[in-house]
Amino acid sequence: MSLSASDPFGSSARIPASYMVPGTSSFSDFLAGQAPDLLPSRRSLPAGQAVDLAPHGTTIVAATFPGGVVMAGDRRATMGNVIAQRDIEKVFPADEFSAVGIAGSAGIAVEMVRLFQTELEHYEKIEGTTLSMAGKANRLAALIRSNLGMAMQGLAVVPLFAGFDHATGGGRIFSYDVTGGRYEESAFHSVGSGSVFARGSLKKLYRDDLSDGDCVVAVVQALYDAADDDSATGGPDLTRRIFPVVHVITADGGRRLPDADVADVADRVISGRMQRPDGPQAGLS
Amino acid sequence: MSMPFYVSPEQLMKDRADYARKGIARGRSVVAVQYADGVLFVSENPSQALHKVSEIYDRIAFAAVGRYNEFENLRIAGVRLADMRGYSYDRRDVTGRGLANAYAQTLGTIFSSGGEKPYEVELFVAEIGDAPEDDQIYRLTYDGQVADVHNYAVMGGAADVVAAYLEERYAPGESLDDAIRLAVSALGHTEEGDRVIPAEDLEVAVLDRTRSQPRKFLRILPARLTQLLGDRGPSEPNPEPEVESSVPAHAASGAEGPPSPPPTSTGSGDDDAPIAPPG
Repeated sequence: MSLSASDPFGSSARIPASYMVPGTSSFSDFLAGQAPDLLPSRRSLPAGQAVDLAPHGTTIVAATFPGGVVMAGDRRATMGNVIAQRDIEKVFPADEFSAVGIAGSAGIAVEMVRLFQTELEHYEKIEGTTLSMAGKANRLAALIRSNLGMAMQGLAVVPLFAGFDHATGGGRIFSYDVTGGRYEESAFHSVGSGSVFARGSLKKLYRDDLSDGDCVVAVVQALYDAADDDSATGGPDLTRRIFPVVHVITADGGRRLPDADVADVADRVISGRMQRPDGPQAGLS
Repeated sequence: MSMPFYVSPEQLMKDRADYARKGIARGRSVVAVQYADGVLFVSENPSQALHKVSEIYDRIAFAAVGRYNEFENLRIAGVRLADMRGYSYDRRDVTGRGLANAYAQTLGTIFSSGGEKPYEVELFVAEIGDAPEDDQIYRLTYDGQVADVHNYAVMGGAADVVAAYLEERYAPGESLDDAIRLAVSALGHTEEGDRVIPAEDLEVAVLDRTRSQPRKFLRILPARLTQLLGDRGPSEPNPEPEVESSVPAHAASGAEGPPSPPPTSTGSGDDDAPIAPPG
């Protein structure tokens, strides 16, 4: 087994003194000092647009319900006019009580999610307590902010962050811009290329007294509407049985809904659309 | 003209070892017990904030006795090593053996270097596998020795007495309830008599392979612990406050300190073969 010199874990040498220094509880800060080349954003790119180099992920939606929050993402990644992947996963658990969904440059986004997951777990282990919900949201903002240079060359990452906040006793949703701006959203939000259509759909479907099951139906409907009008968002794939990734987070923790459950919801949504392709009808007044 | 003192290398190392042993022997014991679903750690530790048992990674836990500031540094270094490796490779590439080796090298270098005082700590690094046969407990001493122990292990002040109690009563494949009851009564056992340690003064944690999350470490808090332990009769807190980290080492381990037995005792002698360094 041969490992690089910067990896003391594999070598037989003493642990470097910098590992023993108390101080930071942030993994990304520690990484910046020890192995900055591992940071997703620490890269110098040649001038020019890199937007068409790598796949892009698309639509993520999140909505709160009494007692928690639901986040869902479609399964498509695109490169220009090509569907780069039809079963990509874009919603990840960030820790036990939060989830992060990503839109934008998929490779960098996935790496950033891995760093964010490690960041939260690292803090929890070092400090013996979890970060507050706002603290987690701010750490994610810091990671996005450091990516601004690449965002300006077309490799933007725009996440959506949602979780259960034990301090307020409910679900919370945070959205971001490429400069690291952090905005708390109420009730529901969406990001990605199909987000305008998804948000329009949720505006008509969302009510603040939805049960968790109904909230899942609402976000799946919203993703269907996004896929209906946005070519970069994948709709339910009936032949391959590929359906959105849905995470539900409550006071008991977060879980990804089993594929069979999401398939049930998607089948119900589709059978409704067979009768009425534009989806459920909202009242006029 | 003053005569330079000659101290033989043997004497120098012996003095350093005695110094470290005395520091470790002042603290209370930590017990690690293998049970059916993983590894259990129990320690008498009235502090809810300063832990002796901690999570390192998905399947790896850390327990320590001795000086708090020293083992806390080692714990943080372990978390950083594990997270760094898990981030740059994959979660499955973080192993207890690698961590035990890194600790052994560190403790060994510090012990044999003239410039630093030896660490007054002893550590357990435990890792659980998919089956009880795959579970590993490594015991590391102040001088960087590593031993691979099986079934149970004790370190700290009264390690001999506690280990003798466990040796008589330990059976492999116990349930969590039985293992906790055994470990707690072993910690309360002294040559003078048995003591019931209050549930609030116990620090209990498990690596439980039946947990559905990837992170298998779980603290068992006093409320659940009281349920698991059942009725044990009236409890007696330890009358002597622990001295470890609050007392300056040089003041406490001077020549006037009471002689302490070496706190070395492991599950079964045959299993104490040192592990090889990574290839």
